[in-house]
Amino acid sequence: MNSIQHIFQQKDKNLLSIYFTCGFPELNDTGKVIQELEKSGIDFIEVGLPYSDPMADGPTIQYSSSVALKNGVNLDVIFEQLLAIKDSNKTPLVLMGYFNQLLKYGEDAFCQKVKDCGIDTVIFPDLPMVEYENHYKTLFAKYGITNVFLITPHTSEDRIRKIDSLTDAFIYVVASASITGAKGDVSNAQVAYFKRIKAMNLKSKLIIGFGISDNKTFTTACEYANGAIIGSAFIKSIDSTGVNGIGDFVKGVLG
Amino acid sequence: MKYNPDENGYFGQFGGAFIPELLYPNVKEIEDNYINIIESAEFQKEYRDLLKDYVGRPTPLYYAKRLSAKYKSHIYLKREDLNHTGAHKVNNTVGQILIAKKLGKTKIIAETGAGQHGVATATVCALMGLECTVFMGEVDIERQAPNVARMKMLGAKVVPATSGSKTLKDATNEAIRYWIQNPETFYLIGSVVGPHPHPDMVARLQAIISEEMRWQLKEKTGKEEPDTIIACVGGGSNAAGAFYHYLEDENVELIAVEAAGLGVDSGESAATSQLGEVGVIHGSKTILMQDEYGQIVEPYSISAGLDYPGVGPLHAFLFETKRAKFMNATDKEALTAGYELSRLEGIIPALESSHALAVLPKLDLKEDQVVILNLSGRGDKDLETFIKHLDE
Repeated sequence: MNSIQHIFQQKDKNLLSIYFTCGFPELNDTGKVIQELEKSGIDFIEVGLPYSDPMADGPTIQYSSSVALKNGVNLDVIFEQLLAIKDSNKTPLVLMGYFNQLLKYGEDAFCQKVKDCGIDTVIFPDLPMVEYENHYKTLFAKYGITNVFLITPHTSEDRIRKIDSLTDAFIYVVASASITGAKGDVSNAQVAYFKRIKAMNLKSKLIIGFGISDNKTFTTACEYANGAIIGSAFIKSIDSTGVNGIGDFVKGVLG
Repeated sequence: MKYNPDENGYFGQFGGAFIPELLYPNVKEIEDNYINIIESAEFQKEYRDLLKDYVGRPTPLYYAKRLSAKYKSHIYLKREDLNHTGAHKVNNTVGQILIAKKLGKTKIIAETGAGQHGVATATVCALMGLECTVFMGEVDIERQAPNVARMKMLGAKVVPATSGSKTLKDATNEAIRYWIQNPETFYLIGSVVGPHPHPDMVARLQAIISEEMRWQLKEKTGKEEPDTIIACVGGGSNAAGAFYHYLEDENVELIAVEAAGLGVDSGESAATSQLGEVGVIHGSKTILMQDEYGQIVEPYSISAGLDYPGVGPLHAFLFETKRAKFMNATDKEALTAGYELSRLEGIIPALESSHALAVLPKLDLKEDQVVILNLSGRGDKDLETFIKHLDE
């Protein structure tokens, strides 16, 4: 059983996950952010690998990524940082990066490092299903890694069913046709979409992300899914309050 | 054809569609329809009528007598600079706007580097009465001011891309992000880059260049095949068009010229094939300038149309299989070549096309060698840059 499935076994409602960018705001904050998030009581953590050209991300994560890269962060530094907290950290980590980072690092070398860091779940928003089925499914399985797929309001039912069959950890339900950080309340159209997905009775757990920012949006999302992910709102928060404000931010979201 | 993409959009190991799920329906809609639309009699009639009466095609295949004398060979210029809007870009925008209309799209977005594609897109949007938004790097907005003014006059909205290097790659990122958020729009991509089927679609629409070359050269020389074809490559759309109908004529030498900037090894270059490795950019697996961790490197060239850190997947395949020979020219060599053509033939070429001209002195041309050089655009937009170097 993988680490995320293990979490779902203990709790399958109101799960909160937080996304952060490695090396932001300061190069050596990676470990501290994870420790503070663990203390705050969230259920799992999305570890963002900063990328020069984050196609699926909005201005906030583009900003945190470019700051992190300027701070001098790179994959080797990140793997060292993650290795250093491996034994003390008990909250499951999900690695989120762009496909070219995996490709350039070396597919096997990358997967080996991920495994060494005790991570077994990855998200590559630009790795399409066809490539996964043709090659990466086997590669990831070799290292005990499972892949998370995203679905959107425009993903067809057939495709959602297929994604469901390929999923071990959870399906990442993109709340709207948008890049990360697009803001606003949960609209009626979004609620209709959440209801439609819920009514499909998928075997996979569902986590809603993109546009979740506070207690109100988190609570709404949890009515239709097993939990939600917050990214941009968290990045903005630590950008202004620093790592020490993490506990208060999470308290605010959980209410 | 051996050089067509396979069912997953691959040319050899290059291509594919590495896109977020958010873009899947948009890309799939085009993939399912583009070949049927392009091959339909209705599209062909509209496309060819517009190319003839609106764009001014066929563009001449001009025998450059004084240039030929200088390089002791037979050099023909394919005059894409004489197209309406001043470059080859319009061949593609005319085609894609017709495809967009067939798909019922009313809002068009595009990215642009030098501004030629932006102008060509704004032009066809005005022609068809469609709303047009062009993303352009902040740096390019500054160095290509006349084209920005043209786009605005044509009624397009120009949105500055302020991330990264603030040039073509960032404009493309912004266009893709906008497309994700506004899936009802049609992304009119300007080069043979991006996720499948965009590289193939754009190549098919630019293929009119080599289609004309074949009969024009036959009219002039009795033979459809030249010995050599030369074209500059940023993303690679004019080269794809110039090479397309000769790809399987293995006896025709294809030369792709990249921008070396201040020199291939200077750290300020855009010679992707020399400096790049296999990677994914804008949804396509290709050759890419990147660091050891896969972060995309910001390229440099004096020419805003050539400073792209990747190259279309077809070109990556032509490079890997050695079907095309990849050469490069520095800023300085391109400027010199631009002046040379101006003074020898009375034609002021675009800085991009000047890079293609700049390899002529580097080739060991034979006296009976027939060369076609694709003169992709005219140099009006680059006058300021040319004038700055007038005394050198």
